[in-house]
Amino acid sequence: MTVPTAPPPAALATGFGVRAAARVVAVPDGRGSTGLPVLEGEGPFALRRLRSAGREARACLVGAMSAPLGGDALALSATVADGAALRFTTTAATIALPGRTGAPAAYDTRLDVGEDAVLRWLPEPLISAGGSDLRMTTRIDLAPSARLVYREEQVLGRAGEDTGRLVTRLTVRRAGRPLFDQELAYGPGAPGWAGGAVLGGYGAVGQLIVVDPAFEERPVERTLLGETAVLTPLAGPAALVTAVAPDALCLRRHLDAAANLMDW
Amino acid sequence: MAIHHVTAPVAGAAARTRPPEPFKERAARPPEPGPVRSGRPPEPFGNRAARPAGSRAALLVLADGRFPAGGHAHSGGAEPAVKTGRVRDAATLEEFCRGRLHTAGLTAAALAAAAAAGLDPLVLDEAADARTPAPALRAAARRLGRQMMRAARAAWPSPELDALAAARPRGAHQPVVLGLAARAAGLAPLDAAYASAYEAVSGPATATVRLLSLDPFDATAVLAHLAVDLDQVAGTAAEAAARAVREGAEALPAPSAPLLDITAEQHATWPVRLFAS
Repeated sequence: MTVPTAPPPAALATGFGVRAAARVVAVPDGRGSTGLPVLEGEGPFALRRLRSAGREARACLVGAMSAPLGGDALALSATVADGAALRFTTTAATIALPGRTGAPAAYDTRLDVGEDAVLRWLPEPLISAGGSDLRMTTRIDLAPSARLVYREEQVLGRAGEDTGRLVTRLTVRRAGRPLFDQELAYGPGAPGWAGGAVLGGYGAVGQLIVVDPAFEERPVERTLLGETAVLTPLAGPAALVTAVAPDALCLRRHLDAAANLMDW
Repeated sequence: MAIHHVTAPVAGAAARTRPPEPFKERAARPPEPGPVRSGRPPEPFGNRAARPAGSRAALLVLADGRFPAGGHAHSGGAEPAVKTGRVRDAATLEEFCRGRLHTAGLTAAALAAAAAAGLDPLVLDEAADARTPAPALRAAARRLGRQMMRAARAAWPSPELDALAAARPRGAHQPVVLGLAARAAGLAPLDAAYASAYEAVSGPATATVRLLSLDPFDATAVLAHLAVDLDQVAGTAAEAAARAVREGAEALPAPSAPLLDITAEQHATWPVRLFAS
């Protein structure tokens, strides 16, 4: 595995926003565990190594400054090499806030998982604060034997606040073929988002995707998890939990219940 | 209430309307090699050559609620929305339809426009699977696609429709079939997008008339209020399809509605229901 040694360009604070990148690379360390030869961030991204557990290396993102604000452009990437295992978490929720110019913020995440590699991507929720405008793009490329757990939670507005504008796109490809492709758009400028077809007044929405080649033989069965959450098989060896809830706590309960069901 | 069974299209009625000569001539044209994005043999799909313009009136036939493609058996998520009280009158129906139009409706319209523009229908079928996480909705889309295919082959015979029917005997996703039918009828990608987008709202609106005993005049007014939204969505879908011709199917939009996905799965478990989905 080639690991680029040059660090990304330093965080650049322009007049309109921050440009920053963070990068994690996980590779097998040759002793049955996983090493993190690259763990670098800048600006709002501070990455920390946590104690590893068995084969799995653990990395944690600490928010070092308020971001994303309108006009910011953030990029986060993780590469899990063949045979490696990585668990990624964040210490706190990410809060999208308005910027000074009204320009949208961009937050791009790019995840690559190799053969027999495992990625557990379990960040805390994203909160869309009133007046904010964020475009999030997440692209995940999986090798055929890769395994993935990916959690995404969105909370629309802080307590007692209207939501900002949030547009997300999550694309998961496996062996180069599309497995899951979904855009969600909420808040001002997203027609009908609060109506009975999209969110019906709920303020938190989330999903948990589990990709495991074992599902090829034994796909999960559709399971209703209460009134507003469901576990379903995707068209491929993968399962999806889709949930809406009044708040972040209820939402997490749904997603955790489903994760337990799948033994993940 | 009885379970509403999906009825087969009236093949005899469709067979009586023979296509005029220009359609036959076009149908006989040999397919040309196309792009190989999918890694599958391109022929006979992927023919992006400009097609002779067909009659615009074919759009009325395709978008007619009486087109025998089985759409009347599906509520587009309106049945569970009525049961939970999320749709309870004309105003909540309009917000429901607006949300559905700009999410699942745009996704479907873009797939339809891309099929009409000549993208490989099998690549689009795969893109539709990735954009339809709820298995109940994948099953409904394929069942509707199979019925649309029968009606379309009777109305506008084409080797491209035949090839897709052979490759997906249990049904391709309905928007892909609709787009290919529009292409066979000589319609433009924008026309296919309009037909698909309109269907995304006319289905729930007419279903709600039956589910809520909503005044049909009110339901029609809801559809009329959505005209500007329909223009936007069809236009966006057609632009995305043009981009997808250059960049591939990943350029197509994928907006989604969490509650439609969740409630479709709940609805599929109901022992008794008026609509199939």
